[in-house]
Amino acid sequence: MRSLILTAMARIFFAIMLAGSVWVLLRGHNEPGGGFIGGLVGAAGFATLALAAGVETARRALVLHPVVLMGAGLAIAFVSGVPGIVTDASFLTHQWGSLAGVKLGTTIVFDLGVYMVVVGGVLSFMFRLYEEDAA
Amino acid sequence: MTLVYALTIAAYVGCGLYMMLSRHAVRMILGLALLTNGAIFLIFFSGGIGATTPPVIPQGAEALAADAANALPQALVLTAIVIGFALTAFAIALALKAYRSLGTLDVREMQDAERLGAPDLPLSTPVKNHG
Amino acid sequence: MADAATLLVLWPVLIPIATAALTAALWRSPAAQRWVGMASLMLLLAASLALTYVVATEGVVAKQFGDWAAPFGITFVADPLSAAMIAISGVLAFAVGIFALSDIRPRHERNGFHPLFHGLMAGVNGAFLTGDIFNLYVWFEVMLITTLGLLVVQRGRAQIDGALKYAAMNLFGTILFLIAVALLYGATGTLNMADLARILPGMEMSPGLTASALLFLAAFGIKAGVFPLFFWLPASYHTAPIAIAALFAGLLTKVGVYAAFRVFTLLFEMEGGGLREIVAVVAALTMITGVFGAAIQWNVRRILSFHIISQIGYMLMGLAIATPVAIAGAVFYIVHHIIVKANLFLLAGAIRKAAGTDDLRKAGGLLKSHPWLAVLFLIPALSLAGLPPLSGFWAKFLVIDASLREEVWWLAAVALLVGALTLFSMSKIWMEAFWKKPVLVRATPRRVPVAFVAPIVLLGAVTLTIGLFADPFVEYARTATAVLVDPADYIAAVFPEEGPVQAAGTAYPGTANHSQGAVE
Repeated sequence: MRSLILTAMARIFFAIMLAGSVWVLLRGHNEPGGGFIGGLVGAAGFATLALAAGVETARRALVLHPVVLMGAGLAIAFVSGVPGIVTDASFLTHQWGSLAGVKLGTTIVFDLGVYMVVVGGVLSFMFRLYEEDAA
Repeated sequence: MTLVYALTIAAYVGCGLYMMLSRHAVRMILGLALLTNGAIFLIFFSGGIGATTPPVIPQGAEALAADAANALPQALVLTAIVIGFALTAFAIALALKAYRSLGTLDVREMQDAERLGAPDLPLSTPVKNHG
Repeated sequence: MADAATLLVLWPVLIPIATAALTAALWRSPAAQRWVGMASLMLLLAASLALTYVVATEGVVAKQFGDWAAPFGITFVADPLSAAMIAISGVLAFAVGIFALSDIRPRHERNGFHPLFHGLMAGVNGAFLTGDIFNLYVWFEVMLITTLGLLVVQRGRAQIDGALKYAAMNLFGTILFLIAVALLYGATGTLNMADLARILPGMEMSPGLTASALLFLAAFGIKAGVFPLFFWLPASYHTAPIAIAALFAGLLTKVGVYAAFRVFTLLFEMEGGGLREIVAVVAALTMITGVFGAAIQWNVRRILSFHIISQIGYMLMGLAIATPVAIAGAVFYIVHHIIVKANLFLLAGAIRKAAGTDDLRKAGGLLKSHPWLAVLFLIPALSLAGLPPLSGFWAKFLVIDASLREEVWWLAAVALLVGALTLFSMSKIWMEAFWKKPVLVRATPRRVPVAFVAPIVLLGAVTLTIGLFADPFVEYARTATAVLVDPADYIAAVFPEEGPVQAAGTAYPGTANHSQGAVE
């Protein structure tokens, strides 16, 4: 069953939720927020799109296969911990520097990895459940 | 107040255990979710609940305020919630898959694993093996 | 140099995690996943052996994640026991990886075999190395979710049925674990194991702590598959593809046993409160039910699944007697058992390939068609039953000797009886699959791939080495036990200089608030 209202609004919601998820991800830098919550919001955006316009559309919008996204995210989170090994010999010791007055650290890379793992993980379940529903 | 907390946890765990005893897979998953929540509340209460400020270091300060809440149970609870969420999602997917391929959610009727290699199986019955 | 040595503690976990990430990212190309996986297993084996070497020469090594000082950060500790477990699981993962090259089909790979396999190794190694009780819970969950994924890489009816039963029992077990952790935290205000080992001896056994200890015992009991909590094991193990079943059989239950040893030597005393008696009775019943459960089965994998349970009983025996001799015996037992049990499962796969069936009643004649397979079968089978000079003999000898020294006659008698019954089960497989005339005579015998034989030979060689040169292994088990019994080394490795934590209440503002909050 396709609802006209849902289909019409889904793309707008999708865009808003995706933007919101990125905002939550970046806000986690200094305030409550971060990769996990951001990832959940982002995954909810894709799930809305999948409900309204079908799983195929959502899969195309995601570009990468959810599992690939999950693997890439885990790899990115892993890489963020490596500099710590080089500098003071402990994994996940985060490095800090500043760029144009904004404090930047490898933590944001870690959070980005978490974000991708959460989006990929939630969607790999979600898409499969939706697809089997349709079948 | 402690008694209220204790009774809350007891109610969660009691309801969860009761649901776990059901033979219906979906009830079991609901029971597991309740049990997880009971455990999470327990962590939260064992960390101490009081009128304290959030454990966020204020702007300009170097350390937590003296009356800040204990951050550790919050981290533990968050981890436990995430893990509980993932496992519940997996269990639901598994139950759905089971319903689709076995046609039932009553665990008494799920006998396929037992049939694969049951000792009292007559020899003539074809045994389905994995490939 | 010291830094490089301590970094070794992290590699057995980091390598599988990176591999899981990489193989998941290479989702589209199973061939690439296979090669990345094999390369990583070799690296893992090298890192594991290096870690064991460092621990054997330099003693307990500890490392803080992110350089957060203990007890606030997450600690990884490699004492001789965990190093031995890491080394043995490295060997096992390597052997199973080779076996999987031929046993795992493309459809299994499409369902995520490679990322799940390496994820499971990360979970297992993490559980062995962590020095933080909550972190142990997290690794248990990593293991649980990857195990469930591996159980259903084959999407048949039996597999889904088995996975559901596995999930129900084990999810319940991890919740018990979580509740136990919560109670422990409430009582002590810390979760770092070395810190707990300092605080707990000075504490009164309050009802909260007693409940916590019993919940730990139940949670690890479910994981280890002891009587009466083992029902998930024979309900699920025989449904998975052989390579996966061998990995489970070798490692999963032993992680539960390892955790029990860790918690009940480092944190809680076995003395007093009837804990020893409970564990002794549970151990005896576990041995007996397992071996009798196996006796009536005709499916090779089912026989072996039940034998896992009975063997767990021997390890618990060591914990129940709790003298240094007994614990050393149990440590030796765990190491021997991981190799032998996994090898038997791999052999079950080879027998299946050679005979074309799992059902012993339909098999036969393998001695004539595959004589070398018969020889390879005898090594782990006789070792499992405890015949000299194989590794199982020394393992059983050490445990039973310890129980005789403590004059726990009945437990020793049970152990000897169960050893004889194990021999019965093994000879049943031998008679039915190898000795008996085949039900159907084939003109050309079925070929068993090299990838099946190579890991069986490797693990068989390890079993023979442990059996024939038992001395250094027993010596190592004694060293491991010394650290377990007297945790001073363990604590010193985690807290190099006497740390700030003396009274829990002052170091943790939150727990100090506890009583106030409760009063309000």
